[in-house]
Amino acid sequence: MTSVDLLLLSPIITLSIVILVVMMVIAFARNLALTCGLSALGLLLTLASIVWVNTNMAAGNVTPLIIVDYYGLAFSGLVVSGSFFICLISYSYSAQRGEKQDEFFLLLLLATLGGLVLAHSAHFATFVLGLELLGISIYALISYPSRGLFSLEAALKYLILSGVSSAIILFGIALLYAVLGTMSFTEMATNHYQESGLDRLFILVGCGMILGGLSFKLSLAPFHMWTPDVYEGAPAPVTAFLATVSKGAIFAVLMRFFIMVDSYQYETIINGLFWLSLISIIVGNLLALMQNSIKRMLAYSSIAQMGYLMVAFIAASAIGGKQLAIEASAFFLIAYFLTTIGAFGVITIMSSGDADHDTDTLEKYEGMFWQRPLLASFFTAMLLSLAGIPLTAGFIGKFYIIAAGVGSELWTLLIAVVVGSGIGLFYYLRVIFTMTKQSTMTEIAVPITGGWALAAVTLSLLVLGVYPTPVIEWVSQMAHSIL
Amino acid sequence: MTAITVMFVLFIGGMVAWLSERLNKDWPRWVSIGTCVLAGLIIAPLYINTPEIHSSLGGTPSVWIEIVEYDWIPRFGITLLFALDGLSLIMISLTVFLGFVAVISSWNEISERSGFFQFNLLWTLVGVVGVFTSLDLFLFFFFWEVMLIPMYFLIAIWGHENKAYASMKFFLFTQVSGLLMLISILALVLTNAHASGVVTFSYFDLLGHELPTDFSYWIMWGFFIAFVVKLPAFPFHPWLPDAHTQAPTAASVLLAGILLKTGAYGLIRFTVPLFPEAAAEIANFAMTLGAISIVYGALLAFAQTDFKRLVAYSSVSHMGFVLVGVYAWNEIALQGAVMQMIAHGFSTAALFMMAGALQHRLHTRDMREMGGLWQDMPRMGAIAMFFIVASLGMPGLGNFVGEFLVLLGAFQVNITVTVIAALGLITGAIYSLIAMQRVFQGEAKPDRQLTDFGAREMVAMIPMMIGLIWLGVYPQTIFDLVDPALSSLHALTTQSPDQWIGSLR
Repeated sequence: MTSVDLLLLSPIITLSIVILVVMMVIAFARNLALTCGLSALGLLLTLASIVWVNTNMAAGNVTPLIIVDYYGLAFSGLVVSGSFFICLISYSYSAQRGEKQDEFFLLLLLATLGGLVLAHSAHFATFVLGLELLGISIYALISYPSRGLFSLEAALKYLILSGVSSAIILFGIALLYAVLGTMSFTEMATNHYQESGLDRLFILVGCGMILGGLSFKLSLAPFHMWTPDVYEGAPAPVTAFLATVSKGAIFAVLMRFFIMVDSYQYETIINGLFWLSLISIIVGNLLALMQNSIKRMLAYSSIAQMGYLMVAFIAASAIGGKQLAIEASAFFLIAYFLTTIGAFGVITIMSSGDADHDTDTLEKYEGMFWQRPLLASFFTAMLLSLAGIPLTAGFIGKFYIIAAGVGSELWTLLIAVVVGSGIGLFYYLRVIFTMTKQSTMTEIAVPITGGWALAAVTLSLLVLGVYPTPVIEWVSQMAHSIL
Repeated sequence: MTAITVMFVLFIGGMVAWLSERLNKDWPRWVSIGTCVLAGLIIAPLYINTPEIHSSLGGTPSVWIEIVEYDWIPRFGITLLFALDGLSLIMISLTVFLGFVAVISSWNEISERSGFFQFNLLWTLVGVVGVFTSLDLFLFFFFWEVMLIPMYFLIAIWGHENKAYASMKFFLFTQVSGLLMLISILALVLTNAHASGVVTFSYFDLLGHELPTDFSYWIMWGFFIAFVVKLPAFPFHPWLPDAHTQAPTAASVLLAGILLKTGAYGLIRFTVPLFPEAAAEIANFAMTLGAISIVYGALLAFAQTDFKRLVAYSSVSHMGFVLVGVYAWNEIALQGAVMQMIAHGFSTAALFMMAGALQHRLHTRDMREMGGLWQDMPRMGAIAMFFIVASLGMPGLGNFVGEFLVLLGAFQVNITVTVIAALGLITGAIYSLIAMQRVFQGEAKPDRQLTDFGAREMVAMIPMMIGLIWLGVYPQTIFDLVDPALSSLHALTTQSPDQWIGSLR
């Protein structure tokens, strides 16, 4: 291992050191503000090192396990920024939920480290390592504040189902290894196997199993059953983490695997992806329609959003469509991150009054526009962005998805996107309408850190919607670099 | 720059209006009025010293009064391309003027959260001005969607008893059809990019594209449906009566007065010139839809007891003429369609304002509970009479010129449709006069204390009355202004692209 390797690894190393420091600090002095501040600072440092590596170092492999390139750095930047905002938003939430909340931030950092490893993995060993680091931290996070049976149920559900899906992924990896004799993505692409017979079947089944397992983590229908319960049971900031950082990192590795190994050549796989996307869009949107809990509504809507994302993912299968498709997925994910963190951020702040349950029933948001105009405006911006309305990042994201779909002529999926968006409008507007009703809503104090974090998220959302040019340049360079 | 300045003024005005509510509850509406007047003053110089504009393509100077272009998203060749020709100019003038009328019509109606109300009203105008002036397809779509959100809030917050349903329906119809248009725009742009190697959303570059005919036929539908939903024509009209009826007066004025016109404008500016062959292929179908809308809208208007709903259905009927005129696609019919757009903007805005004023005074829109109001409010009665005969197409007023020219132009293209469409003049007279009788004539109820129109309402009504008379007696003013634009659009579809390509700007 050379010094260049160490420098390339500096984001991962920085975050690991931060985790150790935070752990030691908790051992000596339990002070929530200190822990949270250190974690946030550590995440900023990690982000800085990501930027530094990106500008000053040439891309390269560090051992066969980890690849540090523009693509990986971009996604780790996204993951770390997401965690940073979630960290800020969860401060007052944790503070109101009794003592011994410090390890919450430690787990958050560990999960982020898992995401970072996933974004840089070029080998099934790091892939599984990252996946489990992420997953196990999340089990603990879901039930962390131990608010009784509700979140415990959610954690248990996620633990069991996630464990099963990990097992399926491992089986798929084993099948691929049996045929190709390697676990490195680059070597898998070059190793030859017999085009006909059992080998090809093994490859298909292996890829299919990996895809199925990852679809579970991305909550694509029909692997989505856990989503609403876990979203509802988990504390709001953790739900935000689960919906964004976790899914973003997993999507990054899935995309890298498909591009490097070129799984797009298998028509069966593409067909499977097509159905995953179509069913997710339809099921997600239909089930979101009648939810009374905003968290459950967002859970189903995230299934649909992942369905939209898969449209771009499939678009990469067309000849000449890869560049646009990768760009589209990256931009869509950025918009989705901002929007989802913002939306759950609002729920987090709204829930600060009640220690047992998050405030997520629709009636509790009545009249929010008049009692808490700023918070309601933030929430409106988030919902409009989810619906893909202009002036928000979500609009450019949807524009990108449709552009990728049109570029690769996926007409059926595009119609599904249109119909899905139409249904989606209904439930997003319902929330906005509820907020405009007259009512006597009790005042709630908006915490300073959370409030500013939300303001920053909303502002980025609007800037990205009106002047997306820098980010578009950035994602198009990123897409260019991996092809 | 005028277009951008106007939008900027309205944009800032909206924010100031919202914030000014904290200082004084009365300020937002004054800020709004001031903003509209200022916007009008910015547009006015363009009428006084219009640069010489020409109708012949390829000849200089061009039909464009002004064109500005700035980079926006270079990755996709998307630019901030704003241009004004006679058609756009007259449409944004109408927009700003009806914005002014809308503020006046809501003067005493809105007492709750007036700051946010005026904010939404002015931002709707920003979106509409953007739609009428942007010539980059992405930018156009951007504004097309932007104008929906403040309008949604206007209906959802200040609407009447069934506002949740109405606002949702309005948003769903326009948004879903808008997404179809987005797919079409992208299909057009990307296919064009495959052929020419340049990704561009610019109207000037996309005109005269060489797409396979059957492909452009499919793409055309996306545009057509989006615009026809907005227009609205049968069978895409169900959102309109609900939205108009439930909306507060100001929002009805804006909806009927200008938002519907964006659909017609889109057909004239984009659908037909971008896809001339495909448009010619469906011309008969579209004209038939227009004729059905005329008769169907009139029949339903006749059956209404709710005054606002009646006016709403009459809009379906009147906008049917526009659809017939656009798809007849000769210069007379196009002039008629534009004339109808402007005249209908005035007459319907006035009638909605009338409906709002009645509801404000009587707390009902049900015509069965009205009657004999002329005795109580003679000024209101007379004005209502004026606009009702205007809307039924009385010669000497603007609507007549529009409908007559449309029929004249359409007769050269499709006689059957023209005959059916002409029925609209008769049915229009029936439902309009019946409404007049039910509301203003008949026995007066003795114990009513009603205030007649005051100076404030007259300030809005009188310019519209003068406008309609002017349009009816001397329509040439409008023709002089829009003719170069219309005839160049017409030439785009009749001459082969070699004759004009490269000389559009």
